[in-house]
Amino acid sequence: MSSFAYLVAGWLFVIGLYGLVTSRNLVHAVTSLAVTQSSTYVLLLTIGFQWGGTAPVFGDTPITTTVVDPVVQALVLTDVVVGATVTALLLALAIQVDKRHGTVDPDELRSLES
Amino acid sequence: MPAQVLVPLVIVIPLTVSALLAAIGRWLPRRVTDSIATATAVVLVGLTVSLLIGARGRRLVVWFGGWRPSARTHESVGIVFVVDRIGAGIAVLVATLVLAGLVYSWHYFESVEALYHTLVLLFGAGMCGFVLSGDLFDMFVFFELMGAAAYALTGHQIEEPQTVQGALHFGVVNSLGAYFSLTGIALLYARTGELGLAQIRHQLTPGHVDALVVVGFVFVITGLLVKAAVVPFHFWTADAEAVAPSPICVLFSGAMVVLGVYGVARVYWVAFSGVLPSSGVRRALLVLGALTAVLGAVMCFAQHHLKRMLAYSTISHVGLFILGLATLSPDGLAGTALYVLGHAGAKGALFLAAGIVLNHFGTVDERALHGVGRALPVTGCLYGLGGLALAGLPPFGTFAGKSVAEDALRTAGQPWAIAVFMLSSVLTGGAVLRAALRVFAGLGDRPAEADRWSAERADKEEPETGRRLLRTPPAMLVPAVVLLAAAAAIGLVPGLVGAVARSASEFVDGQGYGAAALRGATGVSMGSEHLTEWTASGLALSLTSVALATALAVVASYRTRATVRAAAMLRVPMQTLRRIHVGHIGDSVAWMVAGVVVLAALVGL
Repeated sequence: MSSFAYLVAGWLFVIGLYGLVTSRNLVHAVTSLAVTQSSTYVLLLTIGFQWGGTAPVFGDTPITTTVVDPVVQALVLTDVVVGATVTALLLALAIQVDKRHGTVDPDELRSLES
Repeated sequence: MPAQVLVPLVIVIPLTVSALLAAIGRWLPRRVTDSIATATAVVLVGLTVSLLIGARGRRLVVWFGGWRPSARTHESVGIVFVVDRIGAGIAVLVATLVLAGLVYSWHYFESVEALYHTLVLLFGAGMCGFVLSGDLFDMFVFFELMGAAAYALTGHQIEEPQTVQGALHFGVVNSLGAYFSLTGIALLYARTGELGLAQIRHQLTPGHVDALVVVGFVFVITGLLVKAAVVPFHFWTADAEAVAPSPICVLFSGAMVVLGVYGVARVYWVAFSGVLPSSGVRRALLVLGALTAVLGAVMCFAQHHLKRMLAYSTISHVGLFILGLATLSPDGLAGTALYVLGHAGAKGALFLAAGIVLNHFGTVDERALHGVGRALPVTGCLYGLGGLALAGLPPFGTFAGKSVAEDALRTAGQPWAIAVFMLSSVLTGGAVLRAALRVFAGLGDRPAEADRWSAERADKEEPETGRRLLRTPPAMLVPAVVLLAAAAAIGLVPGLVGAVARSASEFVDGQGYGAAALRGATGVSMGSEHLTEWTASGLALSLTSVALATALAVVASYRTRATVRAAAMLRVPMQTLRRIHVGHIGDSVAWMVAGVVVLAALVGL
C-alpha cells in the first residue's frame, strides 16, 4: 500500500512532465504543471503516513497515541496555496496570450529570438 | 539593541507596506505611492546594512516563536534564520537594486498603478527572506514568493504580445523547477526527518551516500539552477528579460539569478559538504559552469536586441560565478562574491541605459539605432563603460572578482577554466562595446537597408514612459550612474577584498553554521586572509581581455571581407543555436529533464 502511493507520486510527476513536453495548448500545459505539482502532495502525505495513526490533534487523546506526521500536512497546505496562486497567474497569462496572438498552440507562437 | 531584533523586520516591513499599497494604493496619488515605496526601500537598505555590520564576527540566529531545537537530540520543528556576512551582503545588494529600480520608475510608466510598487516590494521581501533563511522549506516558500512576483512583473505590460509570451514561459519553467526542488526537499525530509539545513547535516552520516541523498540534492539544486539560468535550464531567461520592464531586469540580472547561485552554495556547504563526495559536485559545477559561460557568450555576441544581448551576457557571467564555486574553496567563493557585486552594478547600469534608449527611440535594436544615440552622450558613456566593466577593466568589481577567482582556479588545478573566463569577458564585453560604438558613436558601416527595415518592423516596442522622452529625467540617469560608480568602487575600497575573503571562509564553514543554529555557538573565528586582486597575472589577463574585446567590437562594426567571410562560416552553427532557443515551452521542459539526468550522473557517478 505504502510503496504503491510512492509509485502514484512518481507517475503523476512523470505524466505531468510528458504533458508539458508534448503540449499543443497552453491551458493544457499549465494544467500539466498542476499535475506535476500534485505529485508533491501525494509524496509529502505518503512520507508522513503511519499505519494505524490518527489525525495529529491532541485534545483528550493520550500523548502516546500513534498519529500521522503533522509537519508534512502543514507543508502540503502551504504548497496548495502556492500552487493555486501560480496556476491562476499562469492561466491569466495564457488567456492574454490567446487575446494578443490569436493562438494558444506553442508551436504557432512566433519565436522571440530575432 | 541587538541586531537579531532587526532580522524579522527585513521581511515584515516590505511585506506590510506592499499589502498596504495593494489595499489603498488605488486612492493614492501617484507621487505618494512612489514616495512610500522608495522610503520603504531606503529603510530596507538601512536594515540590511545594519545586519551586515551586526554579523561581523558572529552569526545572527533567530528561532521564530522561540521554537528552538532540543538541546539533547538537536531535532526541531521550528524555523531558523541564520545571518552571516555573505547572506547579509546579498540582502544589501537586493535592497540597493530595489531602491535603484524604484527611483528609476518615478518617470517610468506614466499609467503605473500602485500594484507595480506592491509587486516590487514583494519581490524584494521574497529575495531577502530567501538569503536569510536557514530552512529548506522556508527557502522554497520565499523562492515561490519572489517567483510569483517576478512572473507578474515580467508580464506587467499585459497588452504587448511578446510580453505575455515571455512571462508565461518564465512562469512555467521556473515553477516546474520549484516543484523539482520541493520533491527533493520531501525526499530529504523522508530520510532525515528535518527541514533545516543544519539539522539535515546533523542527521546525515558523513561519507555514507546512497541514491536517495544524491537524488534529493540534485532535485533541490535543480530549482535553484533554473533560477540561476544555468545551461541547460536557461531557456526562459532571454525571453523574460527582453520583455520585462528595464528596472525589473536590473533585479533579475543583478539579484535573482545570483540567488540561484547563492542557494546552491548554501545548500552544499551547510547540508552536504563532507556528506557528498566533493569530486562529483566539483565535476558537475565545472561542466555546467563552463557550458553556461561559453554558450551565453556566443549567444550574446550574436544578438542585435540590446536587452536580449544583456540577458545572454548575464547567462555567460553566471557560468563564471559557478566556475568560481566549483573550486569548492573559500578563495573561489570570494572571487565569485566580488564578481557578483561588480557584475550587478555594471549590468544594472547597462539595463537602465537600455531603458533610456527605449524611451527615447521606441526600439532597442542595434541595427535600427545606428548613430542615433549621439543625442544621448551621458547614456552613451555609461553604456561604453559598462561594456568595459563586463570585459574586466580595473578597478571595476568584475576585475577584482575575476582576478581572485582565476587564482583560486589555478590553485585548484583547473587552469583551463581561465580560458573560459577570458572568452566570456571578450565576447560579452565585445558585444556590448560593439553596440555602444554603433548606437552612440555611429561608428562602423550603416546596416543594410533591408536589415534596418526588418529590425524596425519587427521590434517596434511601446516606450514604457507612455510617450517618447525628449530629454532624460535625472531620476532615470542618477541610479544608472550610481550603480556603475559602485561597481568601480569595489576594486578601490581598501580592505574590501580581505573582508569578502573572511566572509567566504565563514560561509564554507558548514560545521560552524550548524553549531550556531543548533547550539547557539554564534562566534566565528576571525581568520586573517591575505588576498589581493592586484596581482600581475590578474592585471595582465584583465587588460588583455579588455584590449581584445575593444578590438573585436571595432572589427565587428565594419563590413569587411574578413567579417563577411566569418559571418558566412558561422551561419549554419548559429542558426542551429538560434533554433534551439526559440522559446518553446515543451522544448525548455525537455532540456530541463535531460539536464537533471546529466546532473545526477555527474554528481553521483
